[in-house]
Amino acid sequence: MAEPKPREVLLGPIFDDNQMIGRVVLGVCSALAVTSKMDTAFTMAISVTAVLGCSNAAISLIRNYIPSSIRIIVQMTIISTLVILVDQILKAFAFDVSKQMSVFVGLIITNCIVMGRAEAFAMSHRPGISALDGIGCALGYSLILMIVAFFRELFGSGTVWGFEVFSLVKNGGWYVPNGLLLLPPSAFFLIGFLIWALRTWKPEQVEHEG
Amino acid sequence: MTQNNMSQNKKSRDTIAQTLLVATVLCVVCSVLVASAAVGLRGRQEANKRLDKKKNVLIAAELFNKKEQADSEIDGIFETSIERVLIDLETGEIADPSVVDPETYDPRAASRNSELSLPIEPASKLGGIKRREKYAFVYRVKGPSGETAEQITKVVLPIYGKGLWSTLYGFIAISVDGTTIEGITFYQHGETPGLGAEIENPNWQGLWKGKQLLDKDKEIAITVIKGAVNANSAAAAHQVDGLSGATITCSGVTQLVRYWMGPEGFGPYLEKLRQTGGSDG
Repeated sequence: MAEPKPREVLLGPIFDDNQMIGRVVLGVCSALAVTSKMDTAFTMAISVTAVLGCSNAAISLIRNYIPSSIRIIVQMTIISTLVILVDQILKAFAFDVSKQMSVFVGLIITNCIVMGRAEAFAMSHRPGISALDGIGCALGYSLILMIVAFFRELFGSGTVWGFEVFSLVKNGGWYVPNGLLLLPPSAFFLIGFLIWALRTWKPEQVEHEG
Repeated sequence: MTQNNMSQNKKSRDTIAQTLLVATVLCVVCSVLVASAAVGLRGRQEANKRLDKKKNVLIAAELFNKKEQADSEIDGIFETSIERVLIDLETGEIADPSVVDPETYDPRAASRNSELSLPIEPASKLGGIKRREKYAFVYRVKGPSGETAEQITKVVLPIYGKGLWSTLYGFIAISVDGTTIEGITFYQHGETPGLGAEIENPNWQGLWKGKQLLDKDKEIAITVIKGAVNANSAAAAHQVDGLSGATITCSGVTQLVRYWMGPEGFGPYLEKLRQTGGSDG
């Protein structure tokens, strides 16, 4: 098997092979929940990057010892352990954010991208390149998360990263916030637009029938 | 690695012995990691929780604004404007320090200790919580610092009860008239994000301000209703808008506020407050 180039592995998943809005659409559920404010989205992005990088590296490290009959549960155990660690660290060092994210940190375990990369990449590649692949995919995910959060926060509450950009009517300004954008389903619409934009820019990602 | 080696390796890792070995080693390593993180970070996490509790006392008392003030100011504000006293719920009097030490008293541990707690009869009164502690902390909020430092303007009382999935923990601030609600917060719960968890929403909590606990006949009338409150109705002063999609959480909130404000909760204390107007020292 030809060894993939580190640069491609790291940067490829951002636009060319984005796991969230490219050929495959994974990990959307968390995007609905944590993207109404940019700072929570950012914490989620960092957490997923840490988990995905470490889980890919760890699974790749022991890939030659994992019996294939229990490989999924082994991957799951490693991922869960990492997620619990992230959750504990957030509770100790970023208490307010962890309270806002509540159950969604725990739900990184069920983020399909994490397990998808473990199974698709880490099980057949060396640890270093697997870690890069994990970080690359997480960067692609983070980018989408931040774009969605930017639009939701700007038009939903008139702020960017907590700083007021549009002054709201209720505070004596001019902007009437769009309440829909604060509700989780709005992320679906935004992700839909992003998929449309990406596939118009890079038509090779459109799936063909048959 | 040669082809031959690879296939041999593959065979040996699918044996039962190898499967069990990998599973065991993995479980041990993972549990050690999780356990050491939990133990190692506990101190910090507990400190965060304590600070968060203080912060919520201040938020209920309207002394702290999350947007304008930093967490580092909490201890200072708490020190100057809040006076914590331990009371005996049954009498409403300050608890005898020779019986319980306010410095070490932990209400949650007390509610599990049969000597320091009483059964709730029937248990359905508080959504199935079976016992409650005999002594509870009251946070007395002093007037604007300086002039009338000893004058109490309101009291912040800890409340808890069952919602849909979890026990809700919060604080309610009551004016010295013993009936006007000054604020409410919930700081710990496990309700559904976006639905029941909206009890944390500051806008919803803001609706409680100015509501009256008691009706004309001195009966507890405060209720979280379904839908929005009709401002023209006679009962509007005792009603708070419900949260849509969170019916059971909301009825839990009604139940727990009524319980803690009633005769089995802080009722005796509030009664005294009504009579003395906060100047009980």
